[in-house]
Amino acid sequence: MAEPTSSVALTVDGKPVQVVPGTTVAAAALIAGTQTRVSVSGEPRAPLCGMGICFECRVTIDGVPHQRSCQILCAPGMQVATARELPAP
Amino acid sequence: MTGVWDVVVIGAGIVGAACARTCAASGLRTAVIDATGIGAGATAAGMGHIVVMDDSPAQLALTRWSQELWRELAAELPREVEFECRGTLWVATGEDEMKEVRRRQPVYASAGVPAEILDSRALAEAEPQLRKGLAGALLVPSDAVLYPPAAAAYLMHEAIRMGAQMLSPQRVVAAGQGRVRLRDGSELSAKRIVNACGTGATDLLPGLPIRRRRGHLVITDRYPGFVRHQLVELGYLKSAHSIASDSTAFNVQPRQTGQLLIGSSREFGAEDTSINHALLRAMVQRAASYLPAIGRLQAIRVWTGFRAATPDKLPLIGPWPGDESLCLATGHEGLGITTSLATGKLIAAEILGEKPGIPAEPYFPARFLGENHSAPVQTLCGEAAHG
Repeated sequence: MAEPTSSVALTVDGKPVQVVPGTTVAAAALIAGTQTRVSVSGEPRAPLCGMGICFECRVTIDGVPHQRSCQILCAPGMQVATARELPAP
Repeated sequence: MTGVWDVVVIGAGIVGAACARTCAASGLRTAVIDATGIGAGATAAGMGHIVVMDDSPAQLALTRWSQELWRELAAELPREVEFECRGTLWVATGEDEMKEVRRRQPVYASAGVPAEILDSRALAEAEPQLRKGLAGALLVPSDAVLYPPAAAAYLMHEAIRMGAQMLSPQRVVAAGQGRVRLRDGSELSAKRIVNACGTGATDLLPGLPIRRRRGHLVITDRYPGFVRHQLVELGYLKSAHSIASDSTAFNVQPRQTGQLLIGSSREFGAEDTSINHALLRAMVQRAASYLPAIGRLQAIRVWTGFRAATPDKLPLIGPWPGDESLCLATGHEGLGITTSLATGKLIAAEILGEKPGIPAEPYFPARFLGENHSAPVQTLCGEAAHG
């Protein structure tokens, strides 16, 4: 089986992650070992449907919040931030 | 059901709930009935902006008093009502609108409502997401934001705590001459009946000068800190009051959750709750013309609701000349959340024969009737008659 000829480097919560091209940001977050978001009541959440419907996979990508990470492919230099939606006071 | 109620309030929106609360607090034997539940109509569809407006002296008096009543109540409101004293920024685009800012500031001040004039730079500092080059704004710091269905539920809870009874949900099919007939054929007897049915008030009184005025709202995902005040374009009154055509105006509200409510639109003649996509587009574009980055935010839901609009932009509060048992508390159009508390006070004062906190006459339904006060009323037989 051939090794991937290239890889994509990005960061998840500041931690460097290498993925093969075509990997979704949701997968990169799982590789980095983190949940994607925190619910209003403070529960950790992770991708559920994997097809852009459930909105549980939302992360902040390059400063833009509420991006559905299961619908976006990793790009070189991308900065992904998870769990930035803190529960309401 | 036993005996004669002192008051039966028809409609458990925020206005009906406020009336029930003041009546119960005055020791009146009070019942409330609604076809669906508490705060399910326009109350649940609106923004929840507690705002002083000065379209007319009567509107200023009613909204100012109401805002004060909300501020007095604020400390005891439960957390889920999400009451926040955000302040309103009336945003002026150019010098002509700044003239209006300078005209309104002393009007508010003379009514005891502090208001501050912000120049272009102060406005940019107060709300960095607003586009550059706006002329300034009028800041009304004492205006507030709340979550209307929770506020209505709280007012009703208070009414019940003070002795009011919430009857099981059922549609009222006729009301007058001290009797309220329900769909199942049963009847309630009441010394006074308060019609607080919003746009539905005309079902019981077909002659009422109330029209349904549809509005759209968008709610976004959570973007805490995107804006800090309720932002309204200074031309809002102009837009809100153009009777002739559909209109939109820039009106954005930050919620405690970090979500934004984006409004507003006004339409006559729209009878269903569907979305008018052309009007929705115009509304969002209007918002983006003030807040350019708003187009990058994620909207999660759009809905519509119906305001109960009267021809003179004032609500119908007080006795109905066609029937001495009947009072109205409807026609609040876009100000029902704000003016619910003052409406409750005016209705209780009317029923008790007391002098209210402000003159009640400007809101009397009688202003729309001829000199002989002849009014169409619905009898218990369901036929229109003249009383």
